[in-house]
Amino acid sequence: MYDIKAIYEAESVAHAIQLLCEHPEAQIIAGGSDVLVQIREGKRAGKELVSIYGLDEMRGVSYEEDGAIRIGSLTSFSHITKDPIIQKHINVLGEAVDMVGGPQIRNIGTIGGNTCNGVTSADSASTLHAWDAIVEITGPDGVRRIPIHDFYIKAGVVDLKPGEVQTALIIPKESYEGYFGHYIKYAMRNAMDIATTGCSVNVKLSEDKKTIEDARIAYGVAGPVPMRAPSAEARAKGQPVTAETVKAFAEAVLEDIRPRDSWRASKEFRQHIAVTLAERALTESIRLAGGEINE
Amino acid sequence: MYVGKKVTRVDAFDKVNGRTRYTDDLCDKSAYIAKVLHSTIAHGRVVSIDTTEAEKIPGVVRVFTCFDVKEKHYFPTAGHPWSTDPSHQDVADRLVLTEEVKFYGDDIAAVVAENEVAASQAIRALKVTYEEYPFVLDVLESMKDGAPQIHKEYPNNILKHTTIRKGNYEEAIREPGLTKVEGWYTTPTVQHCHIENFICFAEMTGDRIKVVTSTQIPHIVRRVVGQALGVDWGNIQVIKPYIGGGFGNKQDVLYEPLCAWLCQQIGGHLVKLDVSREETFVSTRVRHAITNHIISWVRPDGTFAARKLEAFSDQGAYASHGHSIVAKGAGAFPQLYPCENVECDAYTVFTNKSVAGAMRGYGIPQAMWAVECHTEEVAAKMGMDPITFRRKNLMPVGYVDQFSKNELYSDTFNQCIDKGMQETDFLRKYEAYKNQTGDVRRGIGMAVFWYNTAVWPISLETSSCRMVLNQDGSFQVQLGETEIGQGADTAYTQMAADIVGVPLNMVHVVSCQDTDVTPFGTGAYASRQTYTAGFSIRQTGLLLKERILKYAQELTRMPAYNLDIADGKIIRKTDNRELMTLGELATEALYSLQHSEHLSAESTAQIKSNAYSFGCTFAEVEVDIPMCKVKLLDIVNVHDAGTIINPALAEAQVHGGMSMGIGFGLSEKLLYDAKTGRALNNNLLDYKMSTFMDHPRLRAFFVENPEPTSAFGTKALGEPPTCSIAPAIRNAVYQATGVFVNDAPVNPHNLFKRLREEKLV
Amino acid sequence: MSKQQYKLLTCTINGKKVEKMIDMRASLTDVLRDDFRMTSVKKGCEVGECGACNVIIDGECFNSCIYLAIWAEGKEILTLEGLAGPNGEISDIQQAFIDEAAVQCGFCTPGFIMSATEMLLAHREFSDDEIRKLLSGHLCRCTGYENIFRAVKKTMLRRLGRDAEADAV
Repeated sequence: MYDIKAIYEAESVAHAIQLLCEHPEAQIIAGGSDVLVQIREGKRAGKELVSIYGLDEMRGVSYEEDGAIRIGSLTSFSHITKDPIIQKHINVLGEAVDMVGGPQIRNIGTIGGNTCNGVTSADSASTLHAWDAIVEITGPDGVRRIPIHDFYIKAGVVDLKPGEVQTALIIPKESYEGYFGHYIKYAMRNAMDIATTGCSVNVKLSEDKKTIEDARIAYGVAGPVPMRAPSAEARAKGQPVTAETVKAFAEAVLEDIRPRDSWRASKEFRQHIAVTLAERALTESIRLAGGEINE
Repeated sequence: MYVGKKVTRVDAFDKVNGRTRYTDDLCDKSAYIAKVLHSTIAHGRVVSIDTTEAEKIPGVVRVFTCFDVKEKHYFPTAGHPWSTDPSHQDVADRLVLTEEVKFYGDDIAAVVAENEVAASQAIRALKVTYEEYPFVLDVLESMKDGAPQIHKEYPNNILKHTTIRKGNYEEAIREPGLTKVEGWYTTPTVQHCHIENFICFAEMTGDRIKVVTSTQIPHIVRRVVGQALGVDWGNIQVIKPYIGGGFGNKQDVLYEPLCAWLCQQIGGHLVKLDVSREETFVSTRVRHAITNHIISWVRPDGTFAARKLEAFSDQGAYASHGHSIVAKGAGAFPQLYPCENVECDAYTVFTNKSVAGAMRGYGIPQAMWAVECHTEEVAAKMGMDPITFRRKNLMPVGYVDQFSKNELYSDTFNQCIDKGMQETDFLRKYEAYKNQTGDVRRGIGMAVFWYNTAVWPISLETSSCRMVLNQDGSFQVQLGETEIGQGADTAYTQMAADIVGVPLNMVHVVSCQDTDVTPFGTGAYASRQTYTAGFSIRQTGLLLKERILKYAQELTRMPAYNLDIADGKIIRKTDNRELMTLGELATEALYSLQHSEHLSAESTAQIKSNAYSFGCTFAEVEVDIPMCKVKLLDIVNVHDAGTIINPALAEAQVHGGMSMGIGFGLSEKLLYDAKTGRALNNNLLDYKMSTFMDHPRLRAFFVENPEPTSAFGTKALGEPPTCSIAPAIRNAVYQATGVFVNDAPVNPHNLFKRLREEKLV
Repeated sequence: MSKQQYKLLTCTINGKKVEKMIDMRASLTDVLRDDFRMTSVKKGCEVGECGACNVIIDGECFNSCIYLAIWAEGKEILTLEGLAGPNGEISDIQQAFIDEAAVQCGFCTPGFIMSATEMLLAHREFSDDEIRKLLSGHLCRCTGYENIFRAVKKTMLRRLGRDAEADAV
């Protein structure tokens, strides 16, 4: 039995916004795999909840008119992984969220919850950053869309104003067309774990597959929020597909990331792993894009 | 005959149906819920607890603080047989609630409420004022002069220091031409992680308190609850239903005394105390972390001239099982690789951390980590391969330990090693994996282990059994050695069926134990259940058979010595004719107008023997050096546990022990915050026990040399599987990388540290 | 503390339509265990880490400890108690757990069998790694997962009519 002051069940997005405005202290609960755990810990005990779990309108993956991919915020991880649109264009996202926890968690956990909790270790977040995802937020004043980078304010805090609900994540067509990516979750176990460091890379190669036209890399747990590594990206962009490029790219991530010492891992260790992951994720992305790394 | 056969577990059908009742399933919904307030400092004194707000919460029945414990009945908690000699009794250093805080998580207050939410709210509403003392978390720091004093009776926080001296170490090391090999080897604090957390409930009938609890040791719980409450032991009734794993944690008396006390304080109303996973990690028991220092002096021919072990065992805040753990490991040291000149010093030291108690292996996983890591280094330094070196130095056939009188009757070590080498293609792989370069390398390694079965002669070994015949000739079997998931009830069924001469379905082992009814026994611990219970089952079964045959004599006019029981029938041995079924005899015996008798038998076997149980592990790994990761490719355990009572269950039990050993070797470690003493990863997400995806196939093999001291030829198998896994993996990592990792576990953090020191990353 | 909220829950449990007034704060574990006495649903961590409380909801596995009972409205829930046939005959996967000695203390067993049940409903072959992954949401301390793996793989192969391969697992 959870220590909850009151639960209000939303029947539509509009109703959810109304409930949030009526109960400004209320916490949104989607799948609950974070919120319920925090209530049990006592952190959010005795609070009001607005449950949006029943809002099927916020589930599923579809194309928008301009070819962008729209992922409803309540889509569960397992449904993202199994979705044909995801598999066709951004399979790496399906692979990344298939590394969250275990199967039962992937059935209840939602991509919206995974990003709205603002944690740096979220398996979806680094890939969404690496693909320049757009966050759709619906509130009393209508719908607004912001880049995912701007959505994260600081550890545990995202840009959701009173009465607002995150309703979708959108991957614009120009972000995914021609790109191939790979995610590596570095964790202590092969299941039921959170990332010590997560690294998502994608590349677009030239037609002859000899040049990296674009490379994007994002990390989880390399700083307080998920982050890109722009110095590394700049080091690879326009460069030939060579082992040298890959190495320079990987080493450059140290200019961008800001891992810290914690009981979960030392800074020195995280830095070492971050470089290793960058090298391996780029190598694999190049392979997926049809490129061959020449010595 | 059923002993030696793959018989289906007697409780499996109910368990796959969800019908098996565990403690929580048996608790009536009318129960009040008790929750414990744990200290948020590591060392100090509770000055006051303000209960005003907590008491206002609707649904709160009573709030009890440490200041409400007026009668201070200090009690011990270790699941050891009681010693009637006060000098051998376990240390009585616990109270149901304490003012003197000795670790972060100590029990300082409790709330009884009508429901869980009110209880939790009340716990959060309690306001505690402490006087804080300095605290110490490190075992070596704790022994230093000037370190915070945790128990005033124990200077330098040393609970106990014991020594073993053999030959003359100082003299022996002066022999010319010796090579000195020295190392420090540490093992981490780990936790049992039984999937059912500890839980109990209590209620009173008249003056008596009934406690239903998830325990391995119901009769010991009865005694300790009596001691803790200052109540006559007979006024305590303890019931143990099926339990969801114990692994030694539930070989300690945990919260039964507090639950019984709360029940008593509120006039006997049913109270349930359900411990959370987070509390289970911090406030029940953990495995002792042990820091070991070994020095070996080796002759050019690869034999030991002299050896020395110092072991420092981290007891945590209270004595619990205390020194017995490290003492067992130190006792193994001079035996496994016998040497003329040995010095061992074992220390058990208090720190301001979670209390260490029994955990599967009882000191031997820690000792084998140290000894088998060290042995690998000695072999490497002497330029010998690890197998040849071990074969040359391991305990020889015919070795007798003068203290326990245990004897190695068979060539167990060589047989087990041969089997392991054959199963893993060791020699070929060992050659193939030499001198590798590159980022990803493979290695193969092994380790052996020493174990013994029961606790004699250190402690009492006793087993009592009762057999009661039913009208249909079937009979109940009752024993104090409990089923805790290991399959004891099934093994007992097989043994009893064989001894009395009936089919399996005529034996009903009473699994649920009730101290009012179950014959006295000290419970499930060590690796002694089949060994110890075997004696009393055999003795009692023969007694029952004798009584049956005596009654059969009356019915058949045949002398009892010419009769036997086979397959549930009374047989005339002279011509093997079936004279009647046991059912016919039993019905007659119970309802006869001439001679009615309830045929039953009960007896106690005191066991004054013990048995070695040895074996080994072979492990093959792939090390991804830049990733600092070890992937286990293959793992094989080989055991000589004497006669295997049930091959399917034995194999399954080995798998479980191997899995626990894999966690111990590769990933598990309970961490504490240096600034506060708080446990950092006391949940199943942050504490890394192995998942389904962290194991290769587990392979278990047996070499069966029947144990001559044993009633059924069997000996230890419960704990041994977990003893040699970690060092075998570590030794395989060494072969792959050339890097010794001496701090368990070989997780990426420890591996990174060592690889960086060796400039490999 | 505001006024207690209750709600009428209507759902199907093990094929039977049920209605019950429930406390809105209850987890599905609470309701299944306390209101319906489905005690196969075990509590091992209450935060979704051990898998002991796993049940199937509309064909997918969920840890019922972190699933609000009110969300079960209109849904079909299957617990271990629902696997037995009308005369108490057990399913092939339950039998396999018995035959392969995949049960020890038995506390994780119900959750594992429910995940295996969901997997087997796909009626297709999974690789060894896929089987491990599909069962990785459960922790077990007794078995080392080995015999659970055998039980599930054998049942999968038998359902695909490949008895000889199943015997060789």
